[in-house]
Formats: sequence, structure tokens, C-alpha cells
Amino acid sequence: MSQTFLLDGVAVPFQAGQSVLQAALAADRYIPHLCYHPEFRPHGSCKLCTATVQGRLVASCTTPAAADLVVHSDTEELRALRRTLVQMLFAEGNHFCPSCEKSGSCQLQALGSDLGVTTAGFRHYFPDRPVDASHPDAWIDFNRCVLCELCVRASAAVDGKDVFAFSGRGLSKRLIVNSPSGKLADSLFAVSDKAMHVCPVGAILPKRVGFAVPIGERRYDQHPISEQALADAPRAAGEPDV
Amino acid sequence: MSEPNPPRVRLATTSLAGCFGCHMSFLDIDEKLFPLLERVEFDRSPLTDIKNCGPCDVGLIEGGVCNAENVHVLREFRANCKVLIALGACAITGGLPAQRNHLDLGLCLQEVYLTEPSLARGGIPNDPELPLPLDKVYPLHEIVHIDYFIPGCPPSAEAIWKVLSDLLAGHTPYLAEPLIRYD
Ligand code: SF4
Ligand code: SF4
Ligand code: FES
Repeated sequence: MSQTFLLDGVAVPFQAGQSVLQAALAADRYIPHLCYHPEFRPHGSCKLCTATVQGRLVASCTTPAAADLVVHSDTEELRALRRTLVQMLFAEGNHFCPSCEKSGSCQLQALGSDLGVTTAGFRHYFPDRPVDASHPDAWIDFNRCVLCELCVRASAAVDGKDVFAFSGRGLSKRLIVNSPSGKLADSLFAVSDKAMHVCPVGAILPKRVGFAVPIGERRYDQHPISEQALADAPRAAGEPDV
Repeated sequence: MSEPNPPRVRLATTSLAGCFGCHMSFLDIDEKLFPLLERVEFDRSPLTDIKNCGPCDVGLIEGGVCNAENVHVLREFRANCKVLIALGACAITGGLPAQRNHLDLGLCLQEVYLTEPSLARGGIPNDPELPLPLDKVYPLHEIVHIDYFIPGCPPSAEAIWKVLSDLLAGHTPYLAEPLIRYD
């Protein structure tokens, strides 16, 4: 018999080493998340995956699953918290979705829509961050970066290039490019890199393919992210596929 | 016996720094306009050409706030409408006009009216009739209290109808996926 914990009152089986979030997704139970990606070690920064474990608020992507934990995720209190987090991300960057190539396939958007966010609510920060279009095949709009760290992890762990890193703290925290000029063109970055493809928002984009997918056929046009994330979740052989 | 007709809901609409796309989407509710017109009467709106907003039940505003006149109209709507709704991406976030927000307004005007060859002979417009532009384009909720938001660029006719029909039925308007879209 495999061990289980309780998620919103229902038993979820887990394997040793899985986080609460990993086990939940593998068991076809959705917990919202943004900076977590099944192929990388968790970063635990976006806090979208916050749940209560034994009554305490924790990031479920960094909390190891353990027998008999009592986890609550689908509560109005946590949904409200997640809406506020998404609202802050929208207000803190420049998210002009109607002119963004990632629109319809963007996880920030999809989370907002699924969580019921109709407005950022806060005073918009309207930052003045650069756009780096120096690379022949890709460009970066730093105004859309949500600091999920996935490109940093992908470039280090998969591409072996360390093209990206974070610099600064608080409001001045930002993504930087590891090259003598600080420009993407002068780095080792290539469009075939994993780092090119993990960005959950429209911050790192390939050139010359924008708006190729018609509205209605984009990633989250047909299925909300709560369904798509379950379809994407890695499952061990023998576990039900969704 | 037929029920007495409920009093009509008075509705005002306007476009500030918008493109009228949200109004076009509003008209896209198509045949639902007929039941709507049985329940509402229009106050100030591009559809009536009434110039000032009087006491209303519902105000729908598309577009963000980019100049002094927009501020004035928005405050007039807030003072007169019991329920004020931000309609569309520009009203809610500033939208595409807010893409000028990281630029200096003086440099923008200089670029358009002095540097750009086609307009360069006119100079920067300075007619007292023209409302002065603001330093930035602002979302409505940063100027006055907004009660409800209908996102989208433009919001779908279904989303607009959902909010209006909720209000007409006396419910709190409620939008959920897939009616919440930001593009
Ligand atoms: S990155 Fe996502 S949320 Fe930001 S503008 Fe693009 S589509 Fe919108
Ligand atoms: S560029 Fe994209 S992947 Fe990299 S930290 Fe920003 S949002 Fe995350
Ligand atoms: S997904 Fe867990 S903190 Fe971001």
C-alpha cells in the first residue's frame, strides 16, 4: 500500500521524494502554480501554489509529501490570496496582452482567467525596463518577466550555458544576461536552448513566428490552465493518463 | 394579469482613451439588444449623443484616462452612476495607449509634431480648445472607484451581456473563465 496525504479531504498517494504539488498533479488534482516546472528543481518564489499544510501556509512545490499530512488548497481564502498574487504580477510589469505574441498561451494570463481576476486592482507600476532585440533569432522584453527563474534553471541545468541570472533585491530585482555587453546577442544563447522554451510568459520569444497560431487554437483558448496542467503532468507508467 | 413593467434602468456609456471597439462589441450582443432596450433607457452615450451624464443606474466606460477632459468625464460619470463599470483592457489597464507611459510626454509630442516630417510644419498643437494630455495614461480605477471590470480587447459580447444581464436580474455580476480574456 502506498502512503497518502489528505488534499482537501481526499487521499493523495505519493512516492518518496515527491513534493505535495508533484504528488497532487500526478494524482490528477490541480494546485495552481507558476514558477514550478516538472523538469526542474522547484524555486518556490511565486507562491501561487500556496496551501495550508498542518494549518500553516507553505509553498506546496517545495514541501515534501509525507504520510498523513492534512493539506488544504481549494479554499476561498487561498483562491483570494492567489488572485492577489496574480494581480500584483500584472500591476508590477507592463502586460499589454492585446499586443503580446504570447497571448493565449501565457500562463500568467491563464492563471488570471482561471482564478477570476478581472483587474490588476493596484496602481500600475508601469516600469521602464529594456527590450533586448540584439539576438538574430530571439528577443527579450524584460517588462513582462515575472522572475520565475525557469530560464535561469534551464540554461544552467539543461543547456549548460548559464546565460541567465538574477541580480538585485526587491523592486530592483531583475533578470540579467551573462555576456560581456549584457546583450543576448553576445551570449551563448541559441533558439534551440531549453531556456528559449520554458518562459511561462511572453518575456523570451522567438523572432519571426509571432501570432502564427490563430485565436481559438492557442494553448489556453480551449482548456483552462487547471485542465491543461493536469494533462501536462508527468505520471509514472501505470498511472492514469488524463 | 400582466405584471406591471419594472422601471427602466438608466444606462450611460462613453469612450475615453479608447477606440470604440468595446462599444462595437457591446452592439455585438445583436438580438439581445431587443430585450435590453425593453429594460434600459440610454442617458449620455455615443448612441444618443446626449452631451452630459445625468443620474443613472449603470455607467459603462471604455478607454483609459489620457487627458484632462477624460478626468472630467470620468468624474461626471462617477458622480451620476450608481454602478460604474470599466469596460475593456484600456479602461482596466490603460491598454495600448499606456505603452507611451515610459516615454517623456514632451519628447513624444516633439517626435510626432516636430521631428516626423509629415506633421512638422504644424508645430505642437496649442489650441485652448484641446484638452491637455496627462503625463501618463491611467486605468480608471486609479482615478475613481470602479465597481466592476469586464476585461478583454475588446471584451466579447457574451461577457458584456453576462454582466449586464446579471445586473438587470439584480445579481452581483460574475465573470469566470472562459469569459475572462485579456486580449
Ligand atoms: S506576458 Fe502574458 S500577461 Fe504579459 S502581456 Fe504577454 S500575454 Fe499578457
Ligand atoms: S524571462 Fe521568463 S523564464 Fe526567465 S525569469 Fe523571466 S518569466 Fe521566468
Ligand atoms: S509554484 Fe510553488 S512557489 Fe511558484
